[in-house]
Amino acid sequence: MILGLALVFWLLCWGVNASLARSSRAGSRAVRMVIPALFGVAVLVLWQGLVTQLAVPEVILPAPSRIAAAIGENPGLLWVDFVQTILKGALTGYVLGCAAAVVVAVLVDRVPFLRAGLLPIGNFVAALPIVGIAPIMVMWFGFDWQSKAAVVVVMVFFPVLVNMVAGLSASDRMQRDLMATWGASYWQSLWRLRLPAAMPFLFNGLKIAATLALIGAIVAENFGSPTLGMGFRISTAVGKLALPLVWAEIAVAALAGSVFYGLVAAAERAVTFWHPSQRGR
Amino acid sequence: MRAGPVLTVLALILALWYAGAVWLNATWTYDQAARSGATVSLGQLLTDTMRQERPVLPAPHQVAAELWKGLTAYAVTSKKSLVYHGYVTLVSTLSGFVLGTGLGIVMAVGIVRSRTLDLGLMPWAVISQTVPVVAIAPMIVVLSNSLGLGDHLGVSNALVSKTVIAAYLSYFPVLVGMVKGLRSPDPMQLDLLKTWNASELQGFVKLRLPSSVPYLFTSLKVGIAASLVGAIVGELPTGAIEGLGARMLIGSQFGSPIIVWAALFAAAILAGLLILLVRGVESLVVGRMGVRT
Repeated sequence: MILGLALVFWLLCWGVNASLARSSRAGSRAVRMVIPALFGVAVLVLWQGLVTQLAVPEVILPAPSRIAAAIGENPGLLWVDFVQTILKGALTGYVLGCAAAVVVAVLVDRVPFLRAGLLPIGNFVAALPIVGIAPIMVMWFGFDWQSKAAVVVVMVFFPVLVNMVAGLSASDRMQRDLMATWGASYWQSLWRLRLPAAMPFLFNGLKIAATLALIGAIVAENFGSPTLGMGFRISTAVGKLALPLVWAEIAVAALAGSVFYGLVAAAERAVTFWHPSQRGR
Repeated sequence: MRAGPVLTVLALILALWYAGAVWLNATWTYDQAARSGATVSLGQLLTDTMRQERPVLPAPHQVAAELWKGLTAYAVTSKKSLVYHGYVTLVSTLSGFVLGTGLGIVMAVGIVRSRTLDLGLMPWAVISQTVPVVAIAPMIVVLSNSLGLGDHLGVSNALVSKTVIAAYLSYFPVLVGMVKGLRSPDPMQLDLLKTWNASELQGFVKLRLPSSVPYLFTSLKVGIAASLVGAIVGELPTGAIEGLGARMLIGSQFGSPIIVWAALFAAAILAGLLILLVRGVESLVVGRMGVRT
């Protein structure tokens, strides 16, 4: 009965979405937000219906209502874990790693020898499973958030480096020649022309790094952690079969990841508003 | 000509590594000497920091020796052999890669064919990648154990969970690449097919699919690397005793950095081989299709 209602709701949402997608206003901003939102709500309702109807044990899959209740019951706990893993571990490492990568990229761009030597290695390392350094960093920097930040620094460094180096050579020959005819120094030309031209590439790297940062911070907690942090909480709560709490942590992680990514994307829109991919929206 | 700078930078990294090994391991040597009341000469310091049992940073040749021992000293079926652990990780990487690629292609076809899916599903695919998969990994392990999916399929439950995690990481690059690739034919070509009265299906098979192949292979290279990361990450919370990820976990628990470094390099070699493999298939397929670059 409940499942039937959920199915009807699903079909209703699908119908509304299909007609919205075909309507003349499909391109508008509101519709672009409403369609995925409806899709998400429909999935949640179907999930709730399935779990309730089939009486799925909570150990296998808790209903969304139970997860929401778990979030309501433990706001303090979730907040402490959030601060430890996301703010201290991931964010510190992200800022340090990206800043280091940008500085090294400018250096690599200045020295042709480094460009020829470091770039192939950087490209190769960017494809390696760098998460593997997590146990080494935990041995070096201890159990607290410093070791998590160190893992994140190494993980985000290479994707940002490779993209930034590509970006620094993105300006046209013509444009560079124009700067030269104006008698611009290296630094003036870097600041006024090549850094702005590199921004679309840099943000591409920053977006990849945003998702890597969270993965790095949480994986490192598997190798040793103080008694807080999202990765630690999830693995201990799974052990205690407190599944609603686990899903609550996952929901927080998902929300944090999406907001993090959204902030980087918003910054990209603000900085590279002139780029063709950002215009005409 | 092109190898020169690369080799120089590699040599520089190696030299830095040795210097780092001396610098980081010196504390332990000095402590030992102070305890026995001896003084350490520079020569002793250099030799001792190169051959500690539990160094802070193992010297490159120690790692190389451990890696070589792991690869060749034992039978490939032995639990001590890195070939064995690499094989375990390889199996879950490949099964996850196949599942993820299949899922990515099916979703891409759906998104290209249906505007509702394009507007409704695509944003969620993006969001799914901002969710750190490792947060979900322990959940997937519990789920696959309690559902016993592996028992039905005749494989271990650990393989099922690792496959799911690897697929979760690898489907997204394939999805994005395929959507781009399937939309890459220009309107002129599509119009031409229309003038020939080609059906939707014919247009799809004869124009859209072939033109998506170069995009597909670019994504496959990203996908297989992501898949390996997924397989290794999947071994961490499972309490697995086999696989390169498990090797790292064991090394860190026993405080033996050399094992961790050797497993890390084995994983790096595996990643390199997998990417070479995809590249080989790519040049074969693209060559057969007559694409000239």
